[in-house]
Amino acid sequence: MKEEQGERDVIIETVARVMIPFIQLFALYVIIHGAGGPGGGFQGGVVFASGFILYIIAFNLAGGRKRFPESANTILSSVGLYIYAGIGLLAILFSFGAAQYLNYGFIPFTSHFEENRALGMDFVEMGIGITVMAIIASIFFDLAEKDEKQKEGEDG
Amino acid sequence: MLSFVEHLPVLVVVISLLSAITIFITGWINKKTAWYISTATLLSQFISSIFILHHVMTVGPIRYRLGGWVPPWGIEYVMDALNAYVLVILLFLGLVCVIYSKRNIDHELPDKGVSFYTVYQLLITGLCGITVTGDIFNMYVFIEITSLSAYALIASRGKIALKASFTYLVLGSIGACFFLLGIGFLYSVTGSLNIHDLSLLLPPLYGNRVVLAAFVFFIVGLSIKMALFPLHTWLPDAHAFAPAEISAMLSGIIIEISTYAFIRVAFSVFTARFLQSLPVFDILCWLAAAAIIIGSVLAISQTNLKRMLAYSSVANMGYIVLALGLSISARKAPWGGLNPSMMHILNHALMKGCLFLVAGAFIYKADLWEIRDFRGLGRRMPYTCAAFVIAALSMIGIPPSVGFVSKLYIILASIEAKKFFFVPVLLLSSLLNLIYFWRVIETMYMKRVEGKDSAHTSHELHLQKEEIPLGMLAPIWVLASLCVIMGILWLANIPIPLLNQINSTFGLGGIR
Repeated sequence: MKEEQGERDVIIETVARVMIPFIQLFALYVIIHGAGGPGGGFQGGVVFASGFILYIIAFNLAGGRKRFPESANTILSSVGLYIYAGIGLLAILFSFGAAQYLNYGFIPFTSHFEENRALGMDFVEMGIGITVMAIIASIFFDLAEKDEKQKEGEDG
Repeated sequence: MLSFVEHLPVLVVVISLLSAITIFITGWINKKTAWYISTATLLSQFISSIFILHHVMTVGPIRYRLGGWVPPWGIEYVMDALNAYVLVILLFLGLVCVIYSKRNIDHELPDKGVSFYTVYQLLITGLCGITVTGDIFNMYVFIEITSLSAYALIASRGKIALKASFTYLVLGSIGACFFLLGIGFLYSVTGSLNIHDLSLLLPPLYGNRVVLAAFVFFIVGLSIKMALFPLHTWLPDAHAFAPAEISAMLSGIIIEISTYAFIRVAFSVFTARFLQSLPVFDILCWLAAAAIIIGSVLAISQTNLKRMLAYSSVANMGYIVLALGLSISARKAPWGGLNPSMMHILNHALMKGCLFLVAGAFIYKADLWEIRDFRGLGRRMPYTCAAFVIAALSMIGIPPSVGFVSKLYIILASIEAKKFFFVPVLLLSSLLNLIYFWRVIETMYMKRVEGKDSAHTSHELHLQKEEIPLGMLAPIWVLASLCVIMGILWLANIPIPLLNQINSTFGLGGIR
């Protein structure tokens, strides 16, 4: 492990350092514009997770795990789904059963019906984005950690 | 203003999804909460489904517009008598299996409890979704959710189960692809995905090749999912190596929900008139007859109890499909239309659920898989074995059990449809059922334990009672007693108004 950490590539590390904030900013842009333009929660989430993946490729797995621990993974993947399903339920609750599930117009974010609807969709996209980001990252971690274990097994 | 009950179709799906992720989080803190959350959710879902059924029977179908969007554009959830009935069966068996799983999962999948219940709730979400939805693309999505969680649950035991799960994954994906192709074809000619809207748009296009091709794709895709005879090859391994409650769910519910999806496509998207103009249902009858005979014969040749039950499931899907195939020709009241297939969907869920749970109990207590090892079990586990005998007699078709009722009505339906060939097929299959179930019962009760050392030890083995815990025995006995109670209810024609309502929805049966 120590040898591997010693083999650091300055170019990749520097590029990753510069790129990651922009990748994440672009991911947020894609998520926010999901309702009105091309893109959306899923795509944004994948882009956001690819930021993590770049970090792990450029630096190392342990460092990436430290920045995005397993517990955060579990909680974020669930929180996204909670937002996704919960916003729909709020529509029923706030209208006392008059509106259907997912009828975001009835959630009083603002006084405008249509604006509420748009905001509701944005929140749902955020929920999707969070879950997708967490799940893609966790799939990557699972694959990478298994690879690492196999390598250790071969060495030993 | 929507009443509370009208919100239930969507809430049944949503609370299941929410409980899946809640189990995921709380299980991370305390592993024991998983079972309680899952049981509480399923109980509330089951009660909601009864409310829905009551509402559908007294007031009429529920049409729920998700997000307030008007149907052809938005997604619609529709509850009529058919899916309210199926929803009750599905959630009942789901509840029974989850109660059973408390002790069993600790034994079969130690350390995997949390992920098991999370995926189990996702499975229930998918199954409820298929049932409640009135939008065909939405149905495809839920079929995928169901299948994906089923693959994971089958594989959960690891090792040999992985191969079974992978076979199911490949074949299940092919089935789902066919289903999706069918949807795509229909969408290309009508521009609609709503089931009710499709049924209005399709009649002028019935001669169209694209529509016919779409229907064929639906049949092939869903036949794989419901393990109809030539496409059943994924089923035995998947049933044999999954944990007991998942085998029960697979056999009792998952393949039957696919049958429900097929009924929905055949009678709601298309119509009985379309089906009468094609020989498709006759072909299905013949396939089903082949499934009944070959499934039973293969079941006889099995030495592993769960594999035997799995092949018996192939035969039982044959019964359901045969009843379905006869549904457009038989019309008289107790056995006309969809009645026998609807009956057998419930009956098979009860019988096979019970049998698989008993098979799981043998594995739980003594790690017994092979039938020849069951010697003396009748004395060792008297209550479990008694439940097995009741369910097995019901499968054979002893009156007044549920198996007798479905066989009787299928025979009457085939006589009325003047397809006399299927009468001997059904009688023969009863005989074959008798052979393979009697073999198990005989081993359990009559064969003596072969004590190699002395008669003394074998005598002691006889007297030892090792009954499974009450938490596992109670679900088994609920299902076993329902096998008889429901049989009497069917024969007393008590649930007939419900079945009549299902038939009248599709213009089948006695109501013209």
